[in-house]
Amino acid sequence: MEAEERVKELEPSDFSMPKRRTIRNWFRLLWRSKTGLVGFVIVSLVTLIAIFAPFLAPHDPLEIDAMNVHQPPFWLEGGSMTHALGTDHVGHDILSRIIYGARVSLIVGVFSVVLAGIIGVVVGLISGFYGGWVDSVLMRLVDSFLAVPNILFALVILGVFGPSVMTLIFVLGVTNWVQYARLVRGEVLSIKEQDYVRAARSIGVKNNKLMIQHLLPNVISSFIVISTLSVATTIILEASLSFLGLGIQPPTISWGTILSDGRDYIATSWWLATFPGIAITITVLGIIFLGDWLRDVLDPRIKQ
Amino acid sequence: MASFLGRRILQIIPVLLIISFIVFVLVFVAGDPVVLMLPEDASQEEVELLRESLGLDRPFLVQYGNYVWNLLQGDFGTSFRYDEPALQVVLERFPATLELALAAIVVAIAIAIPFGIWSATKRNSPIDLVATGGAVLGKAMPNFWLGIMLILIFSVTLGIFPVSGRGTFMHVVLPAITLGTGIAAEMTRLIRSNMIEVLGQDYVRTAKSKGLRTVNVVYKHAFRNSLIPVITIIALQTSTLIGGTLITETVFAWPGIGQLLIQAVHTRDMSIVQASVMMIAIIVILMNLLADVLYRLLDPRIRYD
Repeated sequence: MEAEERVKELEPSDFSMPKRRTIRNWFRLLWRSKTGLVGFVIVSLVTLIAIFAPFLAPHDPLEIDAMNVHQPPFWLEGGSMTHALGTDHVGHDILSRIIYGARVSLIVGVFSVVLAGIIGVVVGLISGFYGGWVDSVLMRLVDSFLAVPNILFALVILGVFGPSVMTLIFVLGVTNWVQYARLVRGEVLSIKEQDYVRAARSIGVKNNKLMIQHLLPNVISSFIVISTLSVATTIILEASLSFLGLGIQPPTISWGTILSDGRDYIATSWWLATFPGIAITITVLGIIFLGDWLRDVLDPRIKQ
Repeated sequence: MASFLGRRILQIIPVLLIISFIVFVLVFVAGDPVVLMLPEDASQEEVELLRESLGLDRPFLVQYGNYVWNLLQGDFGTSFRYDEPALQVVLERFPATLELALAAIVVAIAIAIPFGIWSATKRNSPIDLVATGGAVLGKAMPNFWLGIMLILIFSVTLGIFPVSGRGTFMHVVLPAITLGTGIAAEMTRLIRSNMIEVLGQDYVRTAKSKGLRTVNVVYKHAFRNSLIPVITIIALQTSTLIGGTLITETVFAWPGIGQLLIQAVHTRDMSIVQASVMMIAIIVILMNLLADVLYRLLDPRIRYD
């Protein structure tokens, strides 16, 4: 649904929301949006699963059960509830691996977006505030990052430095900052010329204070929306890189590595590649729903 | 138009320089390629000799200068794995990637145009729900996973299409669907929102009030006008499309630039990596330029300055 249509469907009371952002108000708004609620529930569940993985997983994800390799999920012949979603070629329990995989996927997704946000905001602030040749150089840098697909830069950097969780967070952060830089720069440029900012500056208000007081409130909602949706794309990117063998490395488990293992046995054990993909899809769907809802609630002006 | 074009082309130069610099720094950091190029029992002298002949003993900036100078002459270095000029190796793979990309665009258009129009004209109908829901699902599903699932269903289980490789029409179907559905999601959404906007315009209302048939109004008046942004969007999707081919080619063992690049990263064949990154950047930049030009040509209301 487009933002405009949704705005039409909102009740007048929706617009009074920003007055009091109490938790109860947020939940009332959430309750009113079906997809937002679904997104919130999915994201909360996945987060809880990731946090409490050791208590929830029926097996140690690295435990090798040589007696039960390539066991199908419980509803098929030969499957059992001991390994509810089956086992892989060395007898790893797939359900436990997916539960533990949520940890790495979420950690990489969230931290790289934080890093991207920091880089982007700094570049955007400098670019918008100083203007001139600094701005030109930084904007050409932005163009350069736009001209090369994210995954390509990520591949090359990972190929050079060798894959690890830290490198992966770094790489995904470094390739993902462009949209923040553009957002912040645009906002700086537009408020720089506002009368109240000029007035504030003429009475001697410091740049830092100006930024915090006038810029921050203007970009914070777009920032939250972009970040939420970025976590979704980053999770997919991480899975893709791990699938290509350049992301998370065994014995660390991510949904991408389980999938990558599973592809080799696609002809015999379909469940290996199928379930981690479903886990990724559901999680990303939840984050997109939540992000879309946040956009509508926080700032009806932004379109996708 | 000429001055607009000139300015846009001038902007490309620094962008390409920055990309070449970033890639060069990365490869420089990656370490000495000489060790990989010589047999293991090579003596220290031989190593030094090769380093000298390749100019690897010179200062960093001199090396970068040489590198750019060679790039300008079309020399992207030599692949030690293929023992051929890197550019030639990359260009040999180009037709395969182009074939896959074009097939994917066809798939995307075939899905996005009908669904985009239907869902815009019949808002909140079941078709609209399927189209918008499908578009969100298409964004949430990892592309490579969809590819694996298609292999599982149509190749392994039903045996209709080959599992991997390139050659016949049957080979291209599954990779094209995998790659095409990813772009179709974004395209459907954009066509839908453009159509909704155009359908609300005065001239559409006038056409309706003249008593024209709905089919005519939708296709002749609304759809044609909503196409302008769509054409440029296809060009702007090049980056996403190429990013997608990297993975799709690996899933289906499709012998294109993507597969070549990923193998090169694994074997640390850095000239190939450099050459493919530069080629991809040039393609994306040219397509973006084309999008800008087309946008201005198709819509006379947009000024050149």
